[in-house]
Amino acid sequence: MTAFWALVIKDLRLFFGDRRAVIMSFIAPILIGSFFGYVFGGGPKKEQSKVKVLVVDQDRSATTKELMGSLEKENGIEAATAELAEAREAVRKGRAPVAIVLPKGFGESASRALFMPGAKPEITVMYDPSHTVESSMVRGMLTGQIMQTVSKGAFSGETGKRTVSEALRSLEGSTMDAGEKSTLQGLLKSVEKYNALPPASSGGGGFSIPFAMKDEPLTARAGVLYNAYAHSFGGMAIQFMLFMGIDVGIGMLLLRQRGLWRRFRAAPLSKTVLLGSRACSATLIGMMILSVVFTFARVAFDVRIEGSLLGFVGVCAAFSLMTAAYGMLIAAIGRTPEAARGLAILATLLMVMLSGAWVPSFLFPQWMQPVTKAIPARWAMDGIDAMTWRGSGGEEAVMPILVLLSGALVFGVVAVWRFRWEAE
Amino acid sequence: MLSAKNLRKAFGQLQAVSDVSLEAAKGEVLGLLGPNGAGKTTTIGMLAGLVPPDAGEVRIAGEPIVGDTSELKRKLGLVPQELALFEELTATANLDLFGALYGLSGAALARERARVFELVGLADRAKDRAGTFSGGMKRRLNLAAALMHDPDVILLDEPTVGVDPQSRNAIFDNLESLKAAGKTLLYTTHYMEEAARLCDRIAIMDHGKVIAYDDLSGLLKLAPVSRVVVVELADFHRVDAVLGLAGVREAELTGNQLRLGIERVEDIPGLLTWLLSQGAAIDHVHTERPTLETVFLHLTGRSLRDA
Ligand SMILES: Nc1ncnc2c1ncn2[C@@H]1O[C@H](COP(=O)(O)OP(=O)(O)OP(=O)(O)O)[C@@H](O)[C@H]1O
Ligand SMILES: [Mg+2]
Repeated sequence: MTAFWALVIKDLRLFFGDRRAVIMSFIAPILIGSFFGYVFGGGPKKEQSKVKVLVVDQDRSATTKELMGSLEKENGIEAATAELAEAREAVRKGRAPVAIVLPKGFGESASRALFMPGAKPEITVMYDPSHTVESSMVRGMLTGQIMQTVSKGAFSGETGKRTVSEALRSLEGSTMDAGEKSTLQGLLKSVEKYNALPPASSGGGGFSIPFAMKDEPLTARAGVLYNAYAHSFGGMAIQFMLFMGIDVGIGMLLLRQRGLWRRFRAAPLSKTVLLGSRACSATLIGMMILSVVFTFARVAFDVRIEGSLLGFVGVCAAFSLMTAAYGMLIAAIGRTPEAARGLAILATLLMVMLSGAWVPSFLFPQWMQPVTKAIPARWAMDGIDAMTWRGSGGEEAVMPILVLLSGALVFGVVAVWRFRWEAE
Repeated sequence: MLSAKNLRKAFGQLQAVSDVSLEAAKGEVLGLLGPNGAGKTTTIGMLAGLVPPDAGEVRIAGEPIVGDTSELKRKLGLVPQELALFEELTATANLDLFGALYGLSGAALARERARVFELVGLADRAKDRAGTFSGGMKRRLNLAAALMHDPDVILLDEPTVGVDPQSRNAIFDNLESLKAAGKTLLYTTHYMEEAARLCDRIAIMDHGKVIAYDDLSGLLKLAPVSRVVVVELADFHRVDAVLGLAGVREAELTGNQLRLGIERVEDIPGLLTWLLSQGAAIDHVHTERPTLETVFLHLTGRSLRDA
């Protein structure tokens, strides 16, 4: 036992004495986690971020003014007017994701198109192809708003009156079936009569969207707001812990190169003590990284363990152990430190990417989902998400913990099996 | 104390060690002298139980080392050829770690550490990081790290390589005190002066084989000549004529230096008289005893240094 703890303490001393290792393991995840958390929505807040929409009003009619007014009131977007050339430039340069062009005569032709066949006015939607999600969102919102505004104009306003009487006149000369014609004339005459009423009693009129929407993001509990920092700090802790695991593996290969492995093997130490002590110190360092990173997230960004604390600690411990086993694996299959480093970094980055630590895994295409489930780090990410902002109970941590422990076991067994014990 | 019989080890096609047998009694210093790649480190690895031999056996105090945690390993101290130290840790932390590997802790650990620091003369640098030490000091710490558990048999793999003469003498003093304390030392080197100065017996290795194994005087008897006469002279070119003289075994003229290998010291006056009679202008004369270098050259046809 003396030897075991002496080896563990030696590893901790070396780790904390190495400024590069400390920066990479503690500062880097905090910095990059803060960055990703910020760009993916930041801390808990009531408002969604707004999509900037530029409106080019070439009509300048009552209808388009009204439309502009209601777009400004829309929650999800931030509408501003602009000239055509200006709007085109802004979208092309990425300063605004979407711009719409309301052409000259839009108000009139739109309300005419409501009742009569013939050409419909065209709205041009210019969008940044890297922001297709925003452009579809704006399209949907626009359809609703235009329907509402145009129909309202048709049932009140000057344009409406003109359009209805025009429609009645053109109906006279049409070759429509007699019964159908008289029904339509009746409808339009009623609209004409309705339009003649004094405005006060009409209450606006027109079609309106027959429902209202209320958003409710599902997090831990009602009232607990999504905190993007919870995911980003978890993700970056996972990434830099795996990097620490690489350092552990490379460090063991360096021991061999520096003759220290001969010293260790010359001493009366079992293989369990030699590998076990390194796995133990790596696990402890992993736990420390997670504690420091999440303590920082709590203090700076109010990231809380909304779910089971025990579950959180369990996931962290299981992942730390897996990281340690990953390090042992690198030490076992790596030939030289130099050769092992490049390959291990590549493998780690792939693993981190597929775990959803950079971009949440629900954004991955369907076919990739089962593939990423084969990656232990994905379970660490899901487990941390579940125990932090999703606020799940301890039972949701059981599967991640089991998968991580199995990963640790597989890595560990392969490492012991492939390890070169000889100190040649 | 230490015995090896018919050790063999191959790495792929390369037979690194073939049929090496060695024996060292308590308090004896056994030298393993050989050029780069002779198989010295591989032999030490097998003696320390680090590398399993392909054939042959090793015994420490009459018993073979079996298993990773064999108690016999406590009788062995290994000084690797590399500076096997944690440069980022202090000298004290290094020694404490290597002591702990042998189960030392608390007061016993502190006592051994003080003893070892005293022995290698690094007590005043105990608190400094090993990485800040000079090359010679690192070598001494490398030796110290193997002594914490007070082993009976110490295997030293080139403990003075790349060291200045002052540190080398310090290490030699350390080794002499260990010898005086009754320790058995196995010492590998490719410096013949070191082997000659320190070792009771010397095994000369080349290409994985022991080509000679004896004490110093025994080995020197293998030299083809008993003395070398070095004459610095001018106006002399007849090397072939010298070789014809009685008692002259070897003759070599480089520039104005004539080296003559002879069998008996008594022949020297006659040789010099003959040279003068040939019109040579003698400037300086000295004689050399044959060295291990001469023996190695004679046995292998190569010089130890360029081998
Ligand atoms: N692990 C190994 N794999 C392959 N070949 C090896 C290995 N270890 C040693 N050798 C080869 O075995 C031979 C003997 O090597 P060894 O290190 O024992 O020589 P040495 O006498 O200690 O040399 P030096 O004075 O340079 O330290 C060399 O040719 C070396 O290349
Ligand atoms: Mg060697």
